[in-house]
Amino acid sequence: MRSEKISLKREYMVRAFLGPTAIVSVITTLTIVIILFKEATGFFKEIPVTDFLFGTNWAPLIEPKSFGVLPLVTGTFLVTAGAAFIAIPLGLLTAFYLSVYAKPNLRDIIKPILEILAGIPTIVYGYFALTFVTPALKIIFPEIEVFNALSGAIVVGIMILPMVSSLCDDCFREVPGSVKEGAYALGATSFEVSWQITLPYSLSRVLASFILAISRAIGETMAVTLASGANPQLTFNPLKSIQTMTAYIVQISLGDVQASGVEYYTCYAVGILLFAITLGMNLFGHAILAKYRRV
Amino acid sequence: MNDLTEFEKRIKWRKSKENIFKLISLVATYSCILLLFVLVFDLFMDGKEWLGLKFLTNFQSRFPHKAGIYAGLMGTLWLTITTALISIPLGVLAGIFLEEYGIPGKIGKIIEINISNLAGVPSIVYGLLGLSVFVRGAQMGRSIIAGALTLGLLILPVIIVATRESLKAVPLSLRMAGYALGARKYQVTFGQVLPSALPGILTGIILAIGRAIGETAPLVVIGALSYVSFVPASVKDEFTVLPIMIYNWASRPQEAFHGLASAGILVLLIVMLCLNGLAIYFRIKNQKGKRS
Repeated sequence: MRSEKISLKREYMVRAFLGPTAIVSVITTLTIVIILFKEATGFFKEIPVTDFLFGTNWAPLIEPKSFGVLPLVTGTFLVTAGAAFIAIPLGLLTAFYLSVYAKPNLRDIIKPILEILAGIPTIVYGYFALTFVTPALKIIFPEIEVFNALSGAIVVGIMILPMVSSLCDDCFREVPGSVKEGAYALGATSFEVSWQITLPYSLSRVLASFILAISRAIGETMAVTLASGANPQLTFNPLKSIQTMTAYIVQISLGDVQASGVEYYTCYAVGILLFAITLGMNLFGHAILAKYRRV
Repeated sequence: MNDLTEFEKRIKWRKSKENIFKLISLVATYSCILLLFVLVFDLFMDGKEWLGLKFLTNFQSRFPHKAGIYAGLMGTLWLTITTALISIPLGVLAGIFLEEYGIPGKIGKIIEINISNLAGVPSIVYGLLGLSVFVRGAQMGRSIIAGALTLGLLILPVIIVATRESLKAVPLSLRMAGYALGARKYQVTFGQVLPSALPGILTGIILAIGRAIGETAPLVVIGALSYVSFVPASVKDEFTVLPIMIYNWASRPQEAFHGLASAGILVLLIVMLCLNGLAIYFRIKNQKGKRS
């Protein structure tokens, strides 16, 4: 029948049209990798990789120039570790509260609020860190600098907390009712059920959520740029001003750097390191999620 | 009788552990919410005196009292619409293809992993991508189109995932009924499945756009300007956006600029709140539809 032929033709046309759209994502990833590699090789032609990865002085713009990336890495590490320190315990506790103790109505109010918290643009958090958190911290630690890692860590922690609590809450709810009810029937308290049954059952997914949240914290840019400063120094003191990898890229982009020369390529060298770290963590996190999906 | 006392003691200890746990989890949850309110209140206090019609319609200025966010608002508007025009069709269609048609075998799996990885790449890396490919490579300069393409790529995985999840939620019976009546796959997909999944897809799109509006880092890398005293007239023009103006003001040491920054943030938050409200509305509508 003619209409059958027409619709078959249309079917093939639709498929031919839709197919390429899916390829865009692959092209994007390939392009990111290629570009980063290409520009980074421009950098590594002049600076040996070992100098970059293990050097402890990052001064690419001032004489005498030095290209050791470790201060940026420790800066990122300080902020990320602090953020994880805040987000992981609080996120877990919030997830327990939402899944165990909160009444359904309350849960329906709290969840959207947490989502709003997660959706607030990061510069807002940066501003908050600068104008509220740091002055508040100054009362406790008078020797704290105006730009400091701790402020950045606190706001980034708040930013990633909803991620942890939401993912953990979802997997706490998926624990089979029968197991929990059995424990309750034996006289267990909610605390005991949570710690001894729910958490071990969902442990891998919980860990995966931690990894993904930390990866997000590592890639966080504007909040730390505003809050933690532009002072790349190798320190583990959270009260000092530091610079994260992401903040450095912003600094270069805002400044007057020519489109060639080692200084320009530092952007990409740091970028490729950042990409590699977050990619590694994301792959790891998703692998854990996929492996232990109990659907 | 000693056993009973032992027993009672243990019960008491376990009960108190329970109560402590309940208390600290409650404190943890509500302290975050409290923090949100503190944040909004603090912003409001800092910024309210700067809000006003002049603020919305003035351009940037060295003098805080003359400064306004008009350039940023227009830039954000231009950029958001362009980004939406690029990424929404692309993302939704890709999501439909991946979910309904699918790519078999290993390649399909790689694409899936790929998309979830792209969603986790830091936004600033997208900025570097945009700088190399769009600003320099395609020689688009620091234009809106370059920024829109970059942000479009950034939110593309979000839209694809949201589309796929919404399509997954459509019951199989709907599709089967279509096929049983002799429809082709494209007829079932676009005539039945897509309309059914539309509220969920819209929610995802709105949230993705909300994310794009608040993005700063990739645009900074591309070279969106900080001091702009004109409104874009085409997608090839240079531009600034509201988040960058906020960042610019917040980085200055003078108090007055901090007030401006908080006023700008309030405007941004109101926009985001409206978008989130719209998304929640669609989500509720979606759930109601399923229940009936």
